[in-house]
Amino acid sequence: MYQHTRLTTNRLGFFQKFRNFDYILLVCILLLGFISLATMYSTDGGEVKFHTKSHFTKLAVFTLMMLVMSFINIKYWFSVGYLAYIAVVGLLVGTYLFGITSSGSQRWINLYFINLQPSELMKIFIIVCLAKFFHRMKLENVNSIYTILTSLIIILLPMGLVIVQPDLGTAVLIAISGIAVLWFAGINYKYFIYTILGFVISLPFVIAFLKPYQKLRVLTFLNPDKDPLGAGYQIIQSKIAVGSGGIFGKGFLKGTQSYLEFLPEKHTDFIFTLFSEEFGFVGSAILLIIYAIIIYRIVAIGANSRSYFAKIFCYSFGAAIFVFITINMSMVLGLLPIVGSPLPIMSYGGSSMLATMIGFGIVMSARVHNQQLIA
Amino acid sequence: MINSSSDNVKKLNSINRRMFITGSLKFFVMIGIVSRLFFLQVKENKKYLTLSDKNRIREWKLAPVRGEFHDYFGNVIAGNFEAYQLHVIPEQVEDFRYVIYRLKDLLELSDNEFKKVLKKKNEIKPWETLIVSDNLSWQKFSKINNHLYDLNGVKPVISISRNYPFKENFTHLVGYVSQANQDDIESTQAIKKNFVPGLKVGKVGLEKTFEEKLIGTNDIERYEVNAYGRRISQLEFQKGEKGKTLRLTIDTEIQKLANELLKDKAGSICVMDIYTGAVIAMHSSPSFDPNLFVFGISQDDWQLIRNDPMKPLVNKTLQGNYSPGSTIKPIVALSALENGIINTSFTVRCTGKTEMYGQTYHCWKKKGHGYVSLRNAMKQSCDTYFYEVARKLGVDKLSETAKKFGLGEKVFGDLFDIEKKGLIPNTQWKKNALGKGWLLGETIITGIGQGYIQTTPIQLCLMTAQIANGGYKIYPHLVVDDKVKDQPIDKFIPLYKNSKNIKIVQDAIFGSTNEVMGTSYRSRIDNPKYQFAGKTGTAQVKKITEEERELDLKTFQIPYEQRDHALYVAFGPYKNPRYALSIIVEHGGNGSTTAAPMATKLFKLIIDRHKMRESLGNKKYLEI
Repeated sequence: MYQHTRLTTNRLGFFQKFRNFDYILLVCILLLGFISLATMYSTDGGEVKFHTKSHFTKLAVFTLMMLVMSFINIKYWFSVGYLAYIAVVGLLVGTYLFGITSSGSQRWINLYFINLQPSELMKIFIIVCLAKFFHRMKLENVNSIYTILTSLIIILLPMGLVIVQPDLGTAVLIAISGIAVLWFAGINYKYFIYTILGFVISLPFVIAFLKPYQKLRVLTFLNPDKDPLGAGYQIIQSKIAVGSGGIFGKGFLKGTQSYLEFLPEKHTDFIFTLFSEEFGFVGSAILLIIYAIIIYRIVAIGANSRSYFAKIFCYSFGAAIFVFITINMSMVLGLLPIVGSPLPIMSYGGSSMLATMIGFGIVMSARVHNQQLIA
Repeated sequence: MINSSSDNVKKLNSINRRMFITGSLKFFVMIGIVSRLFFLQVKENKKYLTLSDKNRIREWKLAPVRGEFHDYFGNVIAGNFEAYQLHVIPEQVEDFRYVIYRLKDLLELSDNEFKKVLKKKNEIKPWETLIVSDNLSWQKFSKINNHLYDLNGVKPVISISRNYPFKENFTHLVGYVSQANQDDIESTQAIKKNFVPGLKVGKVGLEKTFEEKLIGTNDIERYEVNAYGRRISQLEFQKGEKGKTLRLTIDTEIQKLANELLKDKAGSICVMDIYTGAVIAMHSSPSFDPNLFVFGISQDDWQLIRNDPMKPLVNKTLQGNYSPGSTIKPIVALSALENGIINTSFTVRCTGKTEMYGQTYHCWKKKGHGYVSLRNAMKQSCDTYFYEVARKLGVDKLSETAKKFGLGEKVFGDLFDIEKKGLIPNTQWKKNALGKGWLLGETIITGIGQGYIQTTPIQLCLMTAQIANGGYKIYPHLVVDDKVKDQPIDKFIPLYKNSKNIKIVQDAIFGSTNEVMGTSYRSRIDNPKYQFAGKTGTAQVKKITEEERELDLKTFQIPYEQRDHALYVAFGPYKNPRYALSIIVEHGGNGSTTAAPMATKLFKLIIDRHKMRESLGNKKYLEI
């Protein structure tokens, strides 16, 4: 009965919203932000230089944005789901047409005030879009041909646009985000099993169709010592950096692998390597625990949300973030071939952080408005 | 509504079930990542720490300081000097072209040298040192120092380099150093271990033999470097050890005199202590300045040395295989005495020539010596007498005695890889080497040191020394305290059967120098302090035809290459002998006129310096 009244008068005051915040999640995000700043400071050689400044600015702006987003009713995020997806697809098309090419790949689009990588945003908005798509759907309709085809088109369209950039890594991550939603929406198990089987069987053929540099990455992953100064260099140096960190690490600002520039891409994809070298196993474990808490809180918020949209978004977003982290770490630890995938929040890169913060914003909004039902 | 709510419940059940599966999966994946981290960071930490250090720490080895050579009195024969060098690190130079042309001007580099420098620059990394000049004169060095203000990045450096202060005096003995090449690195472990670019190693002589002792160990600088190999900071400096300094048995003054005596001649002089085997002087002429090789010899200098008809590159003392000529006669006589073939009263009539086995053999004296006994035959070097003695003795017995006294065998063993063994023929040898039977005529000419027999100057010196010391074995050596394995400290191994025979031969040699009619009578010294005994030798280079014999040409009338080699072996002072020497002058004509007079000068100096030498020695000599 009480709940019913709450439903009818479902306007929350500012302070009520404030009280509804998930402070554990917020603290963890801020902590992660702080750690990422410190690490960025270390990549700049122990000085406040370009990367640190830029990372700080982005962190400040996007955290603020996340907080603002959390005050906006989850209903609103539900309502803009399709629109946002279409907008990002538009941006991807724009990138294809007028994108900025950098190191052989056309990934960025110049929006005059910011150079945006729409493929990163798609990782989040595909979840929003698909969550909305499944929100109203009855369970018996979920496995209909129409649903499956539509959702596949929703996933494959941006994937295709990203693959042509070319950026296979991000395309795969977009697919994973989408598939996470399909999974939680209740698509029959057998489809997943068939897909996995089909993928495994076709793997040799897929490899045959890969571009030479992609093939090289796979071969390098299988045997990095074959060309230690060429293709295997990144992964070998990365493993050396992590391994030499030991239990307690070499100490803040004392990571020789990064200081002496043995580490490649230390600002972006390989930032965990630097962190792990300087803070060791203990530091890495703490970082993992922070990520684990964040993911746990996201899932918990989903579980406590009344609306199906919020639930499916939180679960999928939690799963996607988990996969992003796992893929990045597996890659730098030599468990997976090198695919370009940033570590959420830690890696330098505005688009990735923007996307992650939007995700956190929606999750936070779901928490603040957890009693909100969406018709 | 109920429908929809029941659908909602189903949906919620489904999503929660799947969340549970996802959560479990996440848990296991997380465990996987943590175990991977544990594996890398805890279990394999050591391995990766080593790899990381290997990445960041690089060692720079600096050239070790080479040990010196001193003579017996401590004079530096081969030392180190501070070479003034000019280094440029291209990366630190703002305008390399300007600086390098400026340097070209200041150093007056030739176009060729300049091109070499530019070529070197292209071969190195920009932060590596470019050696523009490795041995500048003081004038140029100070000139550069005065212009440093507009030569940014140019570094005048004082570096340690090899120096041979006595120039050509010790070249064949000590050898020289030069830049190590691939062969040097591969063949010598010590070079491999201490190699740095530009390292100079011994190429010939004792410099090469004692490389392992002389080379020393590198200074090592450890630097932290970045991924591009640029030095970031120095972590450690480890001082290397200087190579061992070797003291030689050589007396520089005598060595210098030997060089002077052989000036403009081709030949060799060696002097040896007859009791210790210490080599006092050992010189091969002509020689050359070893300093030319230290920084790489110029093409012109090299051609000059290489094309010299007197062959300065050959160490005649060790590599020269000469017919010993009459200097072999003491051994022939000794062998005959020892084998009981002759005694002191055995006489032969010399008519100037003798017929044996259908061949005519000539004595050097056309008129002949008349009736000669051993002492007279040795004194006047009568060939006819020794033909007869050799005939009676036989080549096999002769070769046995000759080998006992050190002929036909390397004197220094493994010390010099260039040393030749000479050749002491016998019947067995000829059968094995030439596949022919020995001819008796060959025995006869072997008796006067012609034919197959070949000896090196150092062998002749050793032979003389071992006769002079009363017939005891000695072990020649060049380095003081260089432990000779088989050298008994206070016991000499006799080489004779009857010591009387040695005395007879010594006395005969004494007569040859100190009595009228003796072949080296004109070179004698009457003062008993310096009095020495010696045997001349004149070795034919080619067979003399009958027509030439009739012509009886003087030495200067014969073309240089066909002139006889002049030889002389001697020991002194006669009353209480201490030193033996051998002298060979290639194509010098006659032993008594060319070689013997050198011995006079040598013995004066050797004996004058004996006291000084004695005062330094700490070895007890066995008096015989």
